[in-house]
Amino acid sequence: MSERSSIAALGDQDTVFAFKAVGVDAYAVANEAEGREKLRLLARNYDIIFITEQLAEALPDLLARYKTRAFPAVIPVPSSKGSTGYGKRSIKADVEKAIGTDILQIEENGND
Amino acid sequence: MAVARVNPTRMELTRLKGRLKTATRGHKLLKDKSDEMIRQFMLLIKRNVALRTEAEQALKSVLSDFMLARAVSTDAEIEEAVAVPGKSVKVTSGSKNVMSVEVPSFMVEATEKGETYPYSFATVTGELDNCIGVMGELLPLLIELAEVEKTCNMLADEIEKNRRRVNALEYVMIPEFKETIKYITMKLDEAERANTIRLMKVKSMIAGRN
Repeated sequence: MSERSSIAALGDQDTVFAFKAVGVDAYAVANEAEGREKLRLLARNYDIIFITEQLAEALPDLLARYKTRAFPAVIPVPSSKGSTGYGKRSIKADVEKAIGTDILQIEENGND
Repeated sequence: MAVARVNPTRMELTRLKGRLKTATRGHKLLKDKSDEMIRQFMLLIKRNVALRTEAEQALKSVLSDFMLARAVSTDAEIEEAVAVPGKSVKVTSGSKNVMSVEVPSFMVEATEKGETYPYSFATVTGELDNCIGVMGELLPLLIELAEVEKTCNMLADEIEKNRRRVNALEYVMIPEFKETIKYITMKLDEAERANTIRLMKVKSMIAGRN
């Protein structure tokens, strides 16, 4: 597994631009369909994929599939348009899945 | 609880008792595993929340700075400036074992060659320099976030699976075994009593004939 160790960023032009500037392989996509295709492709070659929250929200089925595998780690990040709270919600979903109830409620509200 | 269709024999009884013992022990072990996994999960998820909050805030401000930087220069200039990144980020990924769940671990390798700002300072504004510097510092944080978040994802999944196993043992397997064992014991006792009665009856018949 350790041969293919690299990072990619996927999302809208403005967001991936920032990643590109620091040497991350950046892929800009214009719409959901394009993003879906690209993510499938990237998942084979990259270990970490940063994806904008907007795009992540549009592709829940694909993300769910990668979630239980060790590689790749698909991580939603806020885009240049701001955060939609998707990343926080996915943490919350994890807690609910594992514990049965959301016990971090206070912290989440405090940070949002 | 439905009794499994079994032959009420002594051999079956011994077999079932063995299985009950195994199931009980398995249940205890799985329950302990579940407890420990949840403990670890709690530690990780707290770190996850903290990291994500920090990373999201930092990234948001960097991205808006980037937007500003782009606004100052022309698109062509900016594109040219970042077209060939000076640094290339390398991560080494391995796997770690957390409670027998294989999770990835990422190590940021030191970027060997190149400068942070691979462009002529004449064409590019200071805003962009600043953004790239901050972004470069942010990247290790994002990679750590990736590792922790992935670990949490996988651990949550494993905890759920484990809970299903514990529940299946506790509420289905073990009661079923107990029920079946009781059924067989009763059947055997019944046969025993029937036998005794039959012997007594035969004895009295023989006594009556003489």
